[in-house]
Amino acid sequence: MSSTLANGDFSSKPLATQSVRAMIQPPPVKKARSGPMADRIFGWLAKGAALFTLGMLIAILASLTISAWPAIDKYGLSFLSNTTWDPVKEEFGGLVMIYGTLATSFIALLIAVPVSFGIALFLTELSPTWLKRPLGTAIELLAAVPSIVYGMWGLLIFGPVLATYVQQPLQTAFAGVPYLGAFVSGPPVGIGILSAGIILAIMIIPFIAAVMRDVFEVTPPLLKESAYGLGATTWEVVTKVVLPYTKTGVIGGIMLGLGRAIGETMAVTFVIGNFNQLDSLSLFQAANSITSALANEFAEAGEGLHQASLMYLGLVLFFITFVILSLSKLLLAQLRKGEGAKT
Amino acid sequence: MSATAYELRAAKFASRKRINQLATGMALAAMAFGLFWLFWILWETILLGIDGLSVATFTQMTPPPNDEGGLANAIYGSFLMVMLATGLGTPIGVMAGIYLAEFDTKSWLASTTRFVNDILLSAPSIVIGLFVYAVVVSRFKSFSGYAGVVALSLLVIPVVIRTTENMLQLVPPGLREAAYALGAPKWKVILSITLKAARAGVITGVLLAVARIAGETAPLLFTALSNQFWTSSLSEPMASLPVTIFKFAMSPYENWQKLAWAGVFIITAAVLGLNILARVLTRTKI
Amino acid sequence: MRITFKLPLLSLAVASTMGFAGAVCAQEVTGAGATFPAPVYAKWASEYNKATGVKVNYQSIGSGGGIKQIDSKTVDFGASDMPLTDEVLKTKGQMQFPTVMGGVVPVINVKGIEPGQLKLTGQLLGDIFLGKVARWNDPAIKALNPTLALPDAAIAQVRRADGSGTTFIFTNYLSKVNAEWKSKVGEGTAVNWPVGAGGKGNEGVAAFVGRLPNSMGYVEYSYVKQNKLNYATVQNAAGNFVKPEDDSFKAAAVGADWAKSFYQILTNQPGKDAWPISGATFILMHTKQDKPANATEVLKFFSWAYKNGDKTAADLDYVPMPKPVIAAIEKSWGEIKDNAGKPVAFK
Repeated sequence: MSSTLANGDFSSKPLATQSVRAMIQPPPVKKARSGPMADRIFGWLAKGAALFTLGMLIAILASLTISAWPAIDKYGLSFLSNTTWDPVKEEFGGLVMIYGTLATSFIALLIAVPVSFGIALFLTELSPTWLKRPLGTAIELLAAVPSIVYGMWGLLIFGPVLATYVQQPLQTAFAGVPYLGAFVSGPPVGIGILSAGIILAIMIIPFIAAVMRDVFEVTPPLLKESAYGLGATTWEVVTKVVLPYTKTGVIGGIMLGLGRAIGETMAVTFVIGNFNQLDSLSLFQAANSITSALANEFAEAGEGLHQASLMYLGLVLFFITFVILSLSKLLLAQLRKGEGAKT
Repeated sequence: MSATAYELRAAKFASRKRINQLATGMALAAMAFGLFWLFWILWETILLGIDGLSVATFTQMTPPPNDEGGLANAIYGSFLMVMLATGLGTPIGVMAGIYLAEFDTKSWLASTTRFVNDILLSAPSIVIGLFVYAVVVSRFKSFSGYAGVVALSLLVIPVVIRTTENMLQLVPPGLREAAYALGAPKWKVILSITLKAARAGVITGVLLAVARIAGETAPLLFTALSNQFWTSSLSEPMASLPVTIFKFAMSPYENWQKLAWAGVFIITAAVLGLNILARVLTRTKI
Repeated sequence: MRITFKLPLLSLAVASTMGFAGAVCAQEVTGAGATFPAPVYAKWASEYNKATGVKVNYQSIGSGGGIKQIDSKTVDFGASDMPLTDEVLKTKGQMQFPTVMGGVVPVINVKGIEPGQLKLTGQLLGDIFLGKVARWNDPAIKALNPTLALPDAAIAQVRRADGSGTTFIFTNYLSKVNAEWKSKVGEGTAVNWPVGAGGKGNEGVAAFVGRLPNSMGYVEYSYVKQNKLNYATVQNAAGNFVKPEDDSFKAAAVGADWAKSFYQILTNQPGKDAWPISGATFILMHTKQDKPANATEVLKFFSWAYKNGDKTAADLDYVPMPKPVIAAIEKSWGEIKDNAGKPVAFK
C-alpha cells in the first residue's frame, strides 16, 4: 500500500483513489467544540473559588477582631503573658490556655508523626498486597470515630488506665530526680496535659498516616526500583528516595494533623482538667487549652470583657497557626535549596 | 588490602541490614500500635453501642429522660446537614485546589491562598461556629439548619483544597502534556485527565472531610442548636447526632446515655460504610 | 469528574429538596438556657406535644447563654438559674418568673463514709474549696465529725469547668457564709477557682468524684439521686444539719417573698429544715413581643405545666412552685404585651 503511494501510482480503483486522496489531504477542519471562552470561564471559576477562601479567612478574622476589640484595647499584648483568668473580677490573661494548646499539640505530634510514618512505611513497602487495603481502611477508621467519643472514652476508660499503669509508676520512679521529677509531679489521676496529648496523638494519626500513605504510593515506581536495583535496603529507599520526593505531601500531611490537634475541642475539653492556673511544669497537672476554654465558657460569657477575652484567645490561636505555618514554609524552602533543579 | 576493604564493606552492609531490620520492626510496631487503639476504642464503642441499639432507635424521636425513644430526628438532621455541607463545600474546594495546582501555581494569589488555607485548616471548629452565629443566626434572628450547613461547609472546604492540590501536583506532568498535545483545551485536560488521575486521592480528601464534619459538635452548638422534635425544615433548629450525643452522654439518665452510645455507633458505622463505598467506587472506575 | 462533581451535586439536589419540602405544620417555639431544669422542660414539652401538638423546643446551653439569646431575640424564651435584678430587667425590657426549684449538693468519695454521714458547714465548705482545708483529717472536719474515720489524705476538690447556674447557686451560698470566699473568689456562673479539677457538666463532676479517691465536688440534686452518689449534709442558717431532699428544698422556698419580686435567691434561707444551697430557676421573656403568637404558645405551655406538670417534676426530683406563687406568676404575665400594647393572650 505504501509503495503504491510512494510511487505516486494513482491509477488504481476509484475507491482506493478516494481513500488515498483522503490520506494525502488533511481532513476538513472541524469547528472547535469548546472555544477559548470555556477555558476563560473555567479559569474565572477556579480563581473565584480561591478568592472565596481568602475572603472567608478575612471575614472570620474581621469578625473575631471586632468581637475581641474591648479586650485588645484594654490589655494589648500583656494578655499573652498574664496567667490570671478571673471572670468575677473581670481580669483576663491568656497564658494558661496558650501553654496548654502548645504543650498538648507538641506531645501529640511527637507521638503521632513517627507512628504515622511507620504505618505508611508498612502499608506501602512491607505489607503483603492482600493486607494493604484492609489495614489501610482500619487506620482510616480511627478518623471515623467522632471526637466526642475520644473525649468520653478518654475520660471514662483511658484516664484511669493511664493513671494506674503509667502515671503512678512514673511518679514513683522519678520521685527525687530534680528536673524530670517536676514533669511528673502532678496528681496522677489520668487527666491533664499528658492525657490530652496522647488522645490527640491517636486522633491525628489517621490523618497523617492516610496522607503519607497516599503520597508514598504515588511515588513513581521507577525511582524506587532504581534504588532497589542499586542494592538499597527498604529503609534506605524510603528515607533517601521516597521521602525527598514526597516531602511536600508529607509536610502537608503533618500540617493537616497539627491543624486538627490545635483546633480540637471536644476531646481535649473532657480530659484536660480545665484548670485556669499555671503553677507547675508537670505533665500530669490539669491545664486548659484555648479551644477548651472557648467551648466551656462561651455559652455563659457575658457580653463584656469575658466574651471579648475569649475572642482574643481565638485570635491568638490563629496567630499561633500562622507562626507554625511560616516556620514550616521556611523549613521547606531550606530543604528545597539543597535539591538540584527539577527537570 | 582487598580483604580489609571487603571486611569494611561487609560490616557496612551488616549495619545497613540491621538498621533496615530495626526500621522494619518499628514500622510493624507502629502499625500494631495504631491498630491497638483502634480495636480498643471500637471494642468499647460496639459493646456499649449495640446495647442501646434497637428498631426504636431509628424510628422514634429523642425522648425526655427515662422515656422510651430513639434518635430518628437526630439521624435525619445529621444526614441532611452533612450531605448539604459536603455538596456545598466540595465543588468550591476542588475548584480552588485546581486553581492552586493548575493555574499560575507561583502567583501571589496562589501562594497566599495556600497559606490562608493552611490557617483555615487549623481553625478550631468552635470559632467557625461562632463566626456563623454572628453572621447568620444573629442576622436572621433564629437558629436554623441553614446556619449549621454553612458552618459545616466552611470546615469541608480547607480539607478538600489541601488534598486536591496535593493529589493534582503528584500527577505526572507527562500525562498533562500528552493531553495538551492531542489538542484538548485546558479545562478538559484538568477535568477529564488530571482530576481523573488524582481521583482516588481527591476522594480520600472528601471522605476525610465528611468523616470530620460527621462527628463535629462545636460548630453546630450555636448554629443549628438542636431540636427535641422532628423537623425536616432547614429554617428551624435541627437535631444532629453529635450534639444529641453530647447532650445525652453528659447526663445522669441511663436511657439517654444508652442512646448516646448507640448514636456513636451509628456515626462510626456510617462513616466506615462511606469509606468502604468510596474505595469500591474508585477501584471499579479504573 | 463524575464522582467529584456529579455525586456532590446530586446529593445537594436531593438533600435540598428534602430540606425545603418540610413545611412547618405545627407551631414551634424555641427556648434556650440553663442546664439545671433541662430534663424537666424536655419531659413537659414531650407530654405537651402529645396533648396539643405544639412543639416547645428547649435547648440547654447554659444560663448565660439563655440570657444572651433572649437578649438577641434568637429564641422565644430564655432560662436562667441566676435571676436578674428588677432594675436590669427594666433596662432590658424583659420580665422573669420561676418554674421549679432544686438544690445543689456536695458529694464525696471517701472509703468508709456512707451517704449522709459527713457533716459540713458553709464556712468549712468554703475553706475546702479555697484550699485552706487541704486534708480529710484536718481538725476542722474532725470537729464536726468526731465519730467518722477520716483518712490522712489530701482532698481532691472537683468543681465545674463550664459556666453554669449550678456554680452560681453554690458560689452565692459560699459568699454568704464564708467571708474569705466572698473577697477572694466571689460568685458567678464562672469564677476563678483557686483549686480543683474542672469537670464538664454535672456528669463530668460526678465522673471525677466517682473515680478519684478522697474527692469532693458539687452537683445538682437530681444527679445525686439518679446516680446514688455519696452526699454530705450541710448545716443551715438555723444551725441544723439537713439532708438534701424535696422537703428541705420546699422549706427553703417558703422563706422567699415571691409577692415582692420574683428576684429571689434561695441560698442560706432561715427555715429550720431548709436546705442551705437551694435555688429556683427562671424563665425570661420580653415585655414587648414582636411575635405575640409565639409568646402566647410559650405562656400556654407554662400554664399547662403549672397545672399538670407537678408529678413529672417530682419524679425528676425537682420541687414545683407552691400554688399561691403560681397565681402571682400568671398575674405577672399581663406585663407581656404585643406591639400595640395589648397583653398577650394565654388562655
